[in-house]
Amino acid sequence: MAGILVYALHDDEGNFNKNSLGALSEAAKLAGELGTEAAAVIVGDIADDAAAGLGNYGVTKVYRAKDVTEGLAQPIVDVMAKVITENGFTYALFGGGLLGFEIGAGLTARLGAGVTMEVTKVKVDGGKLISERPILQDSQIADVGYVSEPGIIIGRLNAFDVKESGGTAEVVDVDVELSEWSTKAKLITRGEQRGADIDIEAADVLIGGGRGLGSAEGFEGAEALAGAFDNSAVAATRAVVDAGWWPYAGQIGQTGKTVAPKLYLAVGVSGAIQHKVGMMNSENIVAINKDPNAPIFEFSDLGIIGDLNKIMPKLTEAIKAKKG
Amino acid sequence: MKICVLVKEVPDAAVQKRIDTGSMRLDRSGENNLNPFDTHAIEAAMQLKEGGELAIDEVVAVTMGPGSAQRALQKAVALGADRSVHLSDDALLGSDVCATGLALAKVLESESPDVVLLGQQSDDGECYTIGAVVADHLKMPSLTQVVGMKVDGNALVCERQAEYGYDTVALTLPAVISVGDAINEPRYPSLKAIMGAKKKPLDSKSIGDVGIDASQVGEAGSQTTVIALNPPPAKAAGEIIEDEDTAETVEKIVAWLDERKLI
Repeated sequence: MAGILVYALHDDEGNFNKNSLGALSEAAKLAGELGTEAAAVIVGDIADDAAAGLGNYGVTKVYRAKDVTEGLAQPIVDVMAKVITENGFTYALFGGGLLGFEIGAGLTARLGAGVTMEVTKVKVDGGKLISERPILQDSQIADVGYVSEPGIIIGRLNAFDVKESGGTAEVVDVDVELSEWSTKAKLITRGEQRGADIDIEAADVLIGGGRGLGSAEGFEGAEALAGAFDNSAVAATRAVVDAGWWPYAGQIGQTGKTVAPKLYLAVGVSGAIQHKVGMMNSENIVAINKDPNAPIFEFSDLGIIGDLNKIMPKLTEAIKAKKG
Repeated sequence: MKICVLVKEVPDAAVQKRIDTGSMRLDRSGENNLNPFDTHAIEAAMQLKEGGELAIDEVVAVTMGPGSAQRALQKAVALGADRSVHLSDDALLGSDVCATGLALAKVLESESPDVVLLGQQSDDGECYTIGAVVADHLKMPSLTQVVGMKVDGNALVCERQAEYGYDTVALTLPAVISVGDAINEPRYPSLKAIMGAKKKPLDSKSIGDVGIDASQVGEAGSQTTVIALNPPPAKAAGEIIEDEDTAETVEKIVAWLDERKLI
């Protein structure tokens, strides 16, 4: 059979990832247009009803590898390569996220397959799938087709909407012998939270801090600016979270949160795509950056080219004064 | 032990990158430079070597690309690599991720590295995937976006951020590790190192030298094809203020926010 196989990622409590659920919905829609079916692949000890429940997103089958641990890519490459080969899937689809990149890349090598990544849209043309892939800092969109089967499609964060259809799926257990090298990476800890637990998803106003703030101390200015607004919080880019300047809970982007506040005010944020995808749906985007070529100015509603150390304190005072 | 660092020549950050619509390939005719993300991989290799916990005999910079890519290798050597390997062949032109990954794996195989390091992405292709492709061909464990690395016997214990927070993963060597740009602050090359870089051994190889058949790479070996290039959906250009008089700038920002009832 032909068909589209989707990897569904889950956390340690068995909650499926929103981007994976979006990919399931997208695969079901595309499979409908192709006249075929979509299926999911999951690993770990997920209960029968939870696995079958993925049918709610339009897939008809769920392949489950119970003995394989979730969280590392290479064992899942083994599982997916087997399921694809034995069942003749013609495409593999991944929702946005880090693990999907790694698994998709591994499958590319294993199956000699074509791969596209950061895909924002998938189209059906002549019974085949074509991926829309933004390139060169999103300045152009390439329509990419696949020369052979299977084709590997790795979505961009939030590219695919979750749609519930109310169905249930047949659960098929698969036994997979792992490749020797897949057993040589050991997950010691998973999903460790670093720093304070802050809530950036409920805020109306987010001050987004990036490397341009210069140091952990630089975030004090961002916090003061946030304090001038009501219902506000300070969020951050991945680079500064990795550097330990701000808690992981406050991170926006591919391996962080997706936000859409009324106002997103970026200070010292260059606007790398991995960050952009997590905040581009904010109602108003304002950016302060000293680099006139910073990509963030391409998608800001108001951009200020200047030294944030000069602007931020005065802006904080002016907003406080305006509020009275 | 040997560390191979995969590097790439990319258009300089100041160059406006464009696609040649005839070949559907990136126009590489302008000023080129070492991919900035790769400098973090070289630095990580140097720190492993200098740390002494692994007995690293040499760090080898490896690239695939046209003749000009030798400059990227020289830069990698100036940053500390002991020598370099350049895979260059007209048959490689137009390779996609699948074909590039295979070619790089083959040239790496000829070096039998204990550790392969690379940057998280190339500044031009932005594919983030080459490390994991190469690892599967080499049958080595791998991890991408690594921001912390410690030696533990014959393993590297790596930290990286994934979907749910930070993961800690131990990789038994040999392994392929792509590093994030937060892992370190790359050093600046000394003048002496820059001057000496051209004298370090540079090994040029064709595809035949490393056992690649022309049908596996280039357009012949690529499994994807660019059908069309389109502009992104039009978006109204934002307003831009250049800060000259900060008091005036702040007044404008406040007015803009106030107009939209954001204060």
